Amino acid sequence: MNPFIRDSYKKDAFYSVISWITLLSLYFIFNDHGIQDIITKVAILGLFAMSLNILVGYLGLIAFGHATFFAAGAYTLGLFLQSDFVNIYNIGPWSIPIALILSILLPGILATIIGAICIRLREIYFSFLTLAFQMVIYSIILALVSITGGDQGLMGGFSKPPFLGIDLGNHFHFYAFTTFIVILAIFLMRQMIESPFGYGLRLIRDNHERPAALGFNIRSHQLLAFIIAGSLAGLAGSLQALLDVGAYPEWAFWSKSAEPLFMILLGGMQTFLGPLLGALIFELLNDFVTANTRYYGLILGLVILFFVLGFRRGLLDWIILKGRKN
Amino acid sequence: MEVLALLDCLSTPACLLSQAVGGLKIGMLLFLVASGLTLIFGVLGVINFAHGILYMLGAYFAWQSMTLTGHFGFSVLVGALGVGIFGLAFERGLIKRIYESDLLIQILLCYSIILIMDDLVMIIWGDEFLSSIGVPEIFQVPPLFIFDAIIPPFHLAIIATSLLIAILLWILMTKSRFGSLVRAAAINPKMLEALGVNTNFIRYSVFALGSFLAGLGGALAASERSIVSQMGNSILIESFIVTVIGGMGSIGGAFLASLIIGMARSFGAVAMPLFTDGLMFIIMILVLILRPQGIMGGKK
Repeated sequence: MNPFIRDSYKKDAFYSVISWITLLSLYFIFNDHGIQDIITKVAILGLFAMSLNILVGYLGLIAFGHATFFAAGAYTLGLFLQSDFVNIYNIGPWSIPIALILSILLPGILATIIGAICIRLREIYFSFLTLAFQMVIYSIILALVSITGGDQGLMGGFSKPPFLGIDLGNHFHFYAFTTFIVILAIFLMRQMIESPFGYGLRLIRDNHERPAALGFNIRSHQLLAFIIAGSLAGLAGSLQALLDVGAYPEWAFWSKSAEPLFMILLGGMQTFLGPLLGALIFELLNDFVTANTRYYGLILGLVILFFVLGFRRGLLDWIILKGRKN
Repeated sequence: MEVLALLDCLSTPACLLSQAVGGLKIGMLLFLVASGLTLIFGVLGVINFAHGILYMLGAYFAWQSMTLTGHFGFSVLVGALGVGIFGLAFERGLIKRIYESDLLIQILLCYSIILIMDDLVMIIWGDEFLSSIGVPEIFQVPPLFIFDAIIPPFHLAIIATSLLIAILLWILMTKSRFGSLVRAAAINPKMLEALGVNTNFIRYSVFALGSFLAGLGGALAASERSIVSQMGNSILIESFIVTVIGGMGSIGGAFLASLIIGMARSFGAVAMPLFTDGLMFIIMILVLILRPQGIMGGKK
């Protein structure tokens, strides 16, 4: 095994801790709910976009139904916290950790089923199949009015009991908890991407015959990546549901799957943190444009057009490419 | 799911006939839009995710012309031709730059155009629903009663018009010189170019033709439905379903698939009103799993 690969985790852990401390200090430096909330949202959306980039950037599969798992995570968390289960078994203080674990596991199971079918197809057919599954899930959410609340979304809210001294009703606690979970997830994702498994994904992306000749099982690599990406999207969705105290069917609509693709394009797909930067640009743009004009789509469309025809790659990819050239 | 309601409907001629005519109308309008999408994919190799806005623009152009002139047939023509010209400019200005790009770039370019056009339309025509342009005077007659089924003659006219367009398209693609060039360009554009054919001309005329058809679909649909900037979204998704089911690039397949989807929509509304969309997507998934090249698509 490559020693370079094995040792990098200490450095990553160090950077992760530093980033978390930086984010915590930013909370007090800005001391403004508007800015603090933007950071929380960027963390959640960034995790969503980075999970998709495992497929898009590292595996070369354009999944057009990633919001399926985002919504699955959100509804899992919401439905679990609203269920009688929490009262019957008296798990009150542990309900949130259990809900979070479930909203990684259930989307993971869903991703196993959908992924096993989708990865049999290539290119545009793969994209269409993921889109079709997403729309079936969307239709199911709309049709099961008695459980999901249909097009109104999951109404009625749920309580967020404190656990281990963490009270998610508290603004700072929520901020610290969300950023911690996201950084932890990103750290683990980084270890996966830099592992032999992660290099296997890049190999499959660049060349289909070679890994097959090397005795690689391409399908199992693709499926595992699909499951990991789906589970992490589920986690992002459950954090979003915690933030909004609800879940909405639009989170399962196809336009929600286009959003992380925008972020990947804006930030860059060849660089590990690119999609996170993309989420920041996306959220800032969203915030700035909606505050100043009604024509959000026009501005966002022009920005994307500029990136597509001008840069032809994300910002971070572009910066790194420039840096290498100099 | 209400199986009994469906069985009830299938066993009464009135319900059966009126749902069938309704399904035929939906299917034929869908064919106009989806045939352009599948044609563009077949020849240009680009999935035009922005195809829905062409439909939407067709409706708006027709509405504008109707407000100015008050002539139905002329307005529908304005809608279709206007969108054809728009499609030509769209292809020359933007689409031709991304032929070689990867799928993600193509999807995002088209999606950015959807966002931009939706807002531009809102700026020009306002964000309120516009009322439908109405049915032409000769069709403003009481509906026909066939086996007690209520059938508006205008629906029959729409079906007949779309059918005529489908036949003309079929003749154009199989019998004319242009058609054989288009089919050749779909198979081997480099060879065609080497033979001295201007493949650029073929590309943009196919794109303009596809746009014209989508605009025609939108203009005809505007006769009965209210007009809003998001109206292209659902027809876009349905056109994808049709394209996939029929086989990407196959016009005959698109025709068959449009009829299937039209009927699924019409009878699905009786059997499971909340899950009609889900039903269409399940059909799409089954086709993708069992026969990814579609019912009429050739093996690639």
